[in-house]
Amino acid sequence: MATDGVLVMGAVAYDPKVVTIWEGFKDWFAGKGLGFDYVLYSNYDALVEALVAGQLDVAWNSPLAWVRAERLSRSGGGAVRAVAMRDTDCDLTSVVVVRSDGPVTQVEDLRGRRVGVGAVDSPQATLIPLSHLRSMGLAAGVDFDVVGHEIGVGKHGDHVGGEREAARALLDGRVDAACMIDGNHLLFSHEGTLAPGSTRILTQTPTYDHCNFTVGASAPGPLVERFTGLLLSMSYDDPEVRPLLDLEGLKAWRPGRTSGYGALALAVEEQGVYDDAGGLVRLP
Amino acid sequence: MTTPGRGGAAPAPAVLDLEDLGLDRGGHLLVERALAGLAPGERLAVSGRAPELAVHLRAWCRNQGHTLVDHPAPGSISGDEPGPPPAAAVTNGDRVEAWIVRGTAADDRWRGAQRTGAADPVRPGAVAETAASTWGVAARGALVEAGSPAFPFPLDHRSMVWTDDAPRYYRQAAAAQWDPATAVPWETPVDLPAEVEAAVIQVMTYLVENEQAALAVPARFLGRVHPHFREVVQVLAVQIADEARHVEVFTRRATLKGAELGRSSAGGQASLLTLLEEPDFALAHFLLSVLGEGTFLALLSFIERHAPDPVTAAVARLALADEARHVAFGMAHLGAVVTSDPGQRARLAAAIHRRHDALASTVGLNADVVDALVVLAAGSFTPRAVAEGFTRVQALEAEMADGRRRRLTRLGFSPGEAGALSALHTRNFM
Ligand SMILES: [Fe+2]
Ligand SMILES: [Fe+2]
Repeated sequence: MATDGVLVMGAVAYDPKVVTIWEGFKDWFAGKGLGFDYVLYSNYDALVEALVAGQLDVAWNSPLAWVRAERLSRSGGGAVRAVAMRDTDCDLTSVVVVRSDGPVTQVEDLRGRRVGVGAVDSPQATLIPLSHLRSMGLAAGVDFDVVGHEIGVGKHGDHVGGEREAARALLDGRVDAACMIDGNHLLFSHEGTLAPGSTRILTQTPTYDHCNFTVGASAPGPLVERFTGLLLSMSYDDPEVRPLLDLEGLKAWRPGRTSGYGALALAVEEQGVYDDAGGLVRLP
Repeated sequence: MTTPGRGGAAPAPAVLDLEDLGLDRGGHLLVERALAGLAPGERLAVSGRAPELAVHLRAWCRNQGHTLVDHPAPGSISGDEPGPPPAAAVTNGDRVEAWIVRGTAADDRWRGAQRTGAADPVRPGAVAETAASTWGVAARGALVEAGSPAFPFPLDHRSMVWTDDAPRYYRQAAAAQWDPATAVPWETPVDLPAEVEAAVIQVMTYLVENEQAALAVPARFLGRVHPHFREVVQVLAVQIADEARHVEVFTRRATLKGAELGRSSAGGQASLLTLLEEPDFALAHFLLSVLGEGTFLALLSFIERHAPDPVTAAVARLALADEARHVAFGMAHLGAVVTSDPGQRARLAAAIHRRHDALASTVGLNADVVDALVVLAAGSFTPRAVAEGFTRVQALEAEMADGRRRRLTRLGFSPGEAGALSALHTRNFM
C-alpha cells in the first residue's frame, strides 16, 4: 500500500483519545521493529471503502463495518480477514430495558408503544436489539414505534451518547423501553443516569461479537503477520503496554473470529442497511 | 463467602451468595473480595436474587478480564459436575447462579509494583537513599504501580534534603502555630514620640522585606523536594506559613498608627537578592537559616528587649520563637550534610565567599535601619539616651557575629575559619 515496509491502518475518530491511542501503538510497534502508521476517518463507510480500495492494509472496524467490508470485498472477488479483536468485544449482549414501575412486563406489552434506540447505525443499541424483538414477534415500525437518538451517526454507535440519551428518554417517559449494551446498563446505574432499581431488563439478546482488525485483500502478508503477532503478545502486566490497553478498553487481544456476526448480518438484511454487495441501501 | 470442602477429582468452587445485592449497588465489592482469595483459573460460584445479576455479571466479568463459564444444571451450584452449555448464568426460580473463573488482570496490573519505603520514618529502610521519579506524589510507603508517570522532583536524594530530626521539627512547628489576630495585644494603646514611632516603622519595614525573602527561598525549593521526604516538605511548608504570619504582624505593627511605611534601600534588597539567587538547596538553606535567620535571632531578641511598646515587643517575640525553629532545622539539615560528607564544608565556605563578593560592590546595608535600631533602643532623642542606644546596637552586632561563629563551629569549622567566615556575612544581617 502507501509506503513500503509500513503497515497502514485506518480507524474512525469517534473521540479525541483515538489519536493518543494510535500514537501510542505506533511508538510501541516502532520499538518492536514494525513500521506502522494510521489514518483517521470521520465515519466507517469511508473507512471500509478505503480498505476495500486497497488504500489501507488494515481497518479497525466496527462490527457493522466488518459486515459491509465482507460484502464489498466478496462482490469484488477479494477477501477480507478478521485477524484480531479485543477480549472485551467477545460475547456481548444487548438488553431492552423498561421502567420498573411501568406497565410493560413482557415483550408483547411493547405492542403499540415507543422503543428508544441509539444511533441508526448502532449495532448494539439499534440493529441487533430491533432484530431480537422481531425474532420475538414484534416488528419495528409496525408493532411499535422506534425513537432514535442520533448522536455520532456514521460512527456505528461507538459514541455512548446515543445509548445514554435513550436511557434518559426512558426515565423521562418519552419512550417506553430503551435498548443498550449490557455493560452500559451497569455503567448507567453506576454513574447515576439510571437509579438502581428504577429499570428492569425486559429481554436480553443472544451473544454477539463487536470490533475487529480487518485486513484487506492486498495487504502485505508478512507485515500483517508481524502486526497480528505483536498484538497477541501485548501483555497487561507490561507497564509500557498497559496504558494503551486501558485506553482502548481491553485486557488482551484475541485472534479474530467471525462466528459472532450472524445476528448483525441478519439485522442488516431485515432492516435493509446494505445490499448483498455491500452497497448502501438505507443511508445511515 | 465459604469454601466448601474439596471432594472428588475437581475441587469444588468457592461460593458467594449476594442475596438481593446487585452489581449496580456495590455487589462487585463482594465478588472482588471473594475472587481475591482464589488463584487465577479457579472458580467462584455466585448466586443472588437481584433481577439484573446475570446480565451485570456477564458485563462486569468481561470488563475485568474474568470469564463467566458454563454452569451446572440449575439448582446444583455447588455440585462438582459442570452442566451443559450454553447458559453462562442461569435463573433458577428467582435465583441467579453463575460461575466465574478468576482472570489475571488484577495480578498483572500490580506485577512489578514498588513499595516505596514506609510511612514511619523510624522503620528500617523507611526513607530511601534515592526516591524514584516514578514514585511521584505517592504517599511514602504506598505500593506504586509500575509505569506510573515520572515527576520532576530534582531534590530526590536523601543526602540532599533529609535529616532524621525533620519529623520532630514538623511536630513542633505544627504545635506552635499562633493566630496573629489574637496572639498580639493589638488593642493596647500605643502612643510614642513621633521619632520613636518612625523608627519602629522603619524597623518593621525592613523586617517585612526580610520576611518576604525568607518566605521566597524555601518556597522556591518546596516544590522541588521529592514528596518521599515528606517531613522535610512539611517543615518547609509550615516555615513558609510562619513567614507569611511574620509579614502580616510586622506590617500591621508598622501601620498601627496609620502612618506610611518606611524606606527600602537598594543595598538591602541587593543583599536579599543574592539569597534568592542561590540555586543549590543545601547552600540556600545554609545562607538563609544558619547565617541569616541565625543572625535574626539576636535582632528579634534585641527588638523585644528594647521595644518601646508592648505590640512591638509581642510581634518580635512571636517571630523569634518561630525563627529559633527555622535555625534549628537548618542546623539539623546542614549538620546531616557535613556529617555524611565533610567535603561539603568547603562548598559552604565557598558560598559565603561568593555572596560576599557579589555584595562587595554594593552598600549591602540599609543605613536607615541601623539608625532606627539606635533610636528604638534609645527610646528618646536625648544625647544620653542616643549614646545608650548606640552602645546597645554595637553590642547587638557583636552578639550576632558571636552567634554565627558558634553555629559555624558546630558545623565543624575551626574557630579560625568560623571567625573569618562570620565576618564575611552580609552587613544587612539576613
Ligand atoms: Fe520570619
Ligand atoms: Fe524564618
